[in-house]
Amino acid sequence: MSSDADESPDAEFRHDDDGGPDPETHHGHGRGGMGESVKRKEDRRFITGHGNYVDDVKKDGMLHCEIVRSNYGHARIENIDTERAEAVEGVVAVLTAEDLAAYDLATMPTLMDDTQEVLVRDKVKFQSQEVAAVIATDRYTAKDGADKVDVNYDSLDAVTDAGEAMKDDAPVVREDLDQDDNHIFTWETGDEDATKAAFDEADAVVEEDMFYQRLHPAPIETCGCVADWDEDNEQMTVHMTSQAPHAHRTLFSMVSGIPEHKVRIVSPDVGGGFGNKVPIYPGYVVAAAASYVLETPVKWVEERSENVQTTSFARDYDMTGRLAATEDGEITAVDVDVIANHGAYNAAAQPSKFPAGFFKIFTGSYDIDAAYGELDAYYTNTAPGGIAYRCSFRVTEAVYLIERLVDVLAQELDMDPAELRRKNFIPKESFPYESATGWTYDSGDYERALDKALESVDYDGLREEQAERIESDDQKLLGIGLSTFTEIVGAGPGKQCDIAGIEMFDSAEIRVHPTGKATVRIGVQTQGQGHETTFAQIVAEELGLDVQDVEVEHGDTDTEPYGLGTYASRSTPVGGAATAVAARKVRDKARNIAANELEVAEEDVVWDRQSGAFQVQGAPDRTITVEEVAGASYMNSPVDEEPGLEAVNYYDPPNMTYPFGAYVCVVEIDRETGETDIRQFYALDDCGNRINPMIVEGQVHGGLAQGIGTAMLEEVTYDENGNVTAGDFMNYLLPTSMEIPEMDTDYTVTPSPHHPIGAKGVGESPTVGSPPAIVNAVVDAMAHGGVTHVDMPMTADRVWEALDGAGLTRDPAERIDLELDLGGESGDEEAASD
Amino acid sequence: MTEKDVTMTVNGTERELSVEPRRLLVHAIREDLNLTGTHIGCDTGNCGACTVYKDGQAVKSCLQFAVQADGSEITTVEGMEELPEAGMGDSDLHPIQEGFKQMHGLQCGFCTPGMIMASKALLEANDDPTDEEIRVDISGNLCRCTGYQNIVKSVQYASDVLNDREPPDSPVEHEDASLETAADGGETATDGGCNCNDTDLTMDYPTGGENR
Repeated sequence: MSSDADESPDAEFRHDDDGGPDPETHHGHGRGGMGESVKRKEDRRFITGHGNYVDDVKKDGMLHCEIVRSNYGHARIENIDTERAEAVEGVVAVLTAEDLAAYDLATMPTLMDDTQEVLVRDKVKFQSQEVAAVIATDRYTAKDGADKVDVNYDSLDAVTDAGEAMKDDAPVVREDLDQDDNHIFTWETGDEDATKAAFDEADAVVEEDMFYQRLHPAPIETCGCVADWDEDNEQMTVHMTSQAPHAHRTLFSMVSGIPEHKVRIVSPDVGGGFGNKVPIYPGYVVAAAASYVLETPVKWVEERSENVQTTSFARDYDMTGRLAATEDGEITAVDVDVIANHGAYNAAAQPSKFPAGFFKIFTGSYDIDAAYGELDAYYTNTAPGGIAYRCSFRVTEAVYLIERLVDVLAQELDMDPAELRRKNFIPKESFPYESATGWTYDSGDYERALDKALESVDYDGLREEQAERIESDDQKLLGIGLSTFTEIVGAGPGKQCDIAGIEMFDSAEIRVHPTGKATVRIGVQTQGQGHETTFAQIVAEELGLDVQDVEVEHGDTDTEPYGLGTYASRSTPVGGAATAVAARKVRDKARNIAANELEVAEEDVVWDRQSGAFQVQGAPDRTITVEEVAGASYMNSPVDEEPGLEAVNYYDPPNMTYPFGAYVCVVEIDRETGETDIRQFYALDDCGNRINPMIVEGQVHGGLAQGIGTAMLEEVTYDENGNVTAGDFMNYLLPTSMEIPEMDTDYTVTPSPHHPIGAKGVGESPTVGSPPAIVNAVVDAMAHGGVTHVDMPMTADRVWEALDGAGLTRDPAERIDLELDLGGESGDEEAASD
Repeated sequence: MTEKDVTMTVNGTERELSVEPRRLLVHAIREDLNLTGTHIGCDTGNCGACTVYKDGQAVKSCLQFAVQADGSEITTVEGMEELPEAGMGDSDLHPIQEGFKQMHGLQCGFCTPGMIMASKALLEANDDPTDEEIRVDISGNLCRCTGYQNIVKSVQYASDVLNDREPPDSPVEHEDASLETAADGGETATDGGCNCNDTDLTMDYPTGGENR
């Protein structure tokens, strides 16, 4: 996918006169520009305990909101009695749907144009759904009040699994809609006939069912807000955990009717987002409504169980994938069928024209002529969602599907999975490459990445070790898993990608002050990615300033230019591009002022990226810096130029960027217990030009840890009555320092051809790319027993079942017998080693 | 509810509070003492964002009542700069704090104060731990951003400073993108970093699939 961008007003700045930073020759100007591992400017406030997260915000007269939630997964509400709660000393108000209806706030739109009750009046549709809210003087009293709200329920049969929800006799989740089943939509992509024809002609066909389980992003900070209605100025200020403050302001204004210029969203320090903080949740609306009604600030902050059980989940795709291939391993077609569980509302967070997100990138890194995909989405009695958890809108599911299928095919054809991949890679000469499902990949060199990865891990040596272990009937099996994925990040282009109708551009505003210091305001926003440093580096690079002289502001809709926010790895591809273009606009103006100062014609002034200064053409010793020009722009501005030195850019990207990687995971599986140990994880990422290698590595580490959590531990589960059985950190298991191995990161650099600084974005690649590497490794360890797939998470019991089914388990008694037999011998060995 | 008087020494200053017996220590620290560096991430004692250093131990302050801290001595992240070790390294900060900054041991920063306090307890008991010992000791603290690798390096950095060793400059394993790219015969960025002319920006794009 790409767009007609030559007519874009920023096209001339997209390709810089001097060619932009060249990874071959540019080593930075040494003051914190591109490619330098600058230590983070934002760190000090966090390590001294002076960060300012939402729950740290305190206001005079602030009340606390506690939400009363449904005990049932599916039930009619017969009666809500708030009397006992209202009698609690310190309880100021108890809100129900009827109270909100008086202000037309009983429902809110989801990002996919569904309607969700803020507080439920008739029927709760998932466990822990919002039923009432207690507003009190402190959080303990609010909880006391919540305990005393009496709700009578008439429980109904629940359906939590999409495969069950599609059946004719399934309980209907959404009787409010004009339908008697649970179907939400059917979506299809690709060429069905061509794909069918390719399968008919294929020498080999493989098929695999795989379930990408329900996950929760689970940032360590939960969601929350402090809403503050200022009656005198008729202004609503909401400090909230928001990954998209501007979009949230627009939505807040639309839902509440408060004019948009009277709504201010402040996203202060945010304790991780990962997609969880993109949607609007009922708690925000309740707090804002309460503040409006009571004319005093109201704080609402989730507990962990509320976060996991009610805010947006991710994945929950039940996929059946098929590959067609020639006998020598050329993949000719891919076909996929998906049953998607969207929960009780269609509340996914994707560009509105993409009901299945970017799932249709499921041809992956491979040159496959025919592809077809079909997906049916269903309502169930589970929390709503299907958000992009550290990924671009379902690319994670797509990558998992294709990377798993390629391994299944390799097994079928008895080919090495690395060779099968190499054989089918999109060749590097083919970029820009248009895929069978219609994406235009910007750049890539997959073979180089794979070669480097295989060499780095000594792939042949690992294969030998694997064979030896099988040969010697070793207690531990060795598995080697590959993932050579392609990500797709950086949504827009605006004409194709929008959120609630707003095009997915992003923005930056740069002001260079008279003393040569700069303030940069950006429309994207950090939840830990380090924007205050990396965006300052982009400006430092483009204007030759010292990174310490560039201050980045973000997260306040009153001062920042409009942007769509940070998710789907779009900050660098879109916001970073806006920043680079704005800087080049500043430089363009500065050139005229420089000419005036140097007393030469403007066309004789050239920019020297290496030194970060203007030079007179042919007289490189006659230079002037932007810092010096800044003073002149205020104190000695040319007659034909406006005073001051600033620029703004709203950047609509001409295409997405396509970062990629080659990952290798090595596991050891204990044949007695099924326990899987990740012995090695090697991750090569190509995210184009790197702004700050230290931050890139940090992003990769974090993303891999989340991918390992996905593959090994995490799953939100429900019982048949709709009760959440893994709804807090006691049961929803995040990996600790003990589960995450020492990770080995690596990289190649293939710049994005259309991005102003050749960057692609990296934060999500490891979360997207690593789960298939891990599952491939686990399956690979058991492949000689005929195992082709194990669903995530790879818990010991699941792996043991697979081992057992393949006849690969070992009874501990055998080992004990063996050790007893060899008792004397092993004693000798010990003596020898002593 | 009846309140109870509690006296505790927090970051070297004696503080007197009247609290309900049910009030959690973490709320007393955050809301009564306004020390909001100590965070709450899970309410069940799993995440460790609320970890403080109390009477020589790292404790999760969401698992204790404030009244249990009566008479105790507590250090929170805000007190780290006042400790005698502060300033031993290159800045005015405590070596553990400096380690987290220098080794990129934090991203969103939410778990960081708890991690710092858990690390302090570890280094008090063992000022020269192995990587494995660090991993064991911080395993009660969850971090969703860093994957822990640079946190281990951060604690090792502090250990280096405390033991008068020269700490590493950077956690980065592959520093110089440009040189390495050139060395492995990487793709030449012909147009000075952007192969811009190769891209057909006028290419038609598909829609996101059809609803039906």
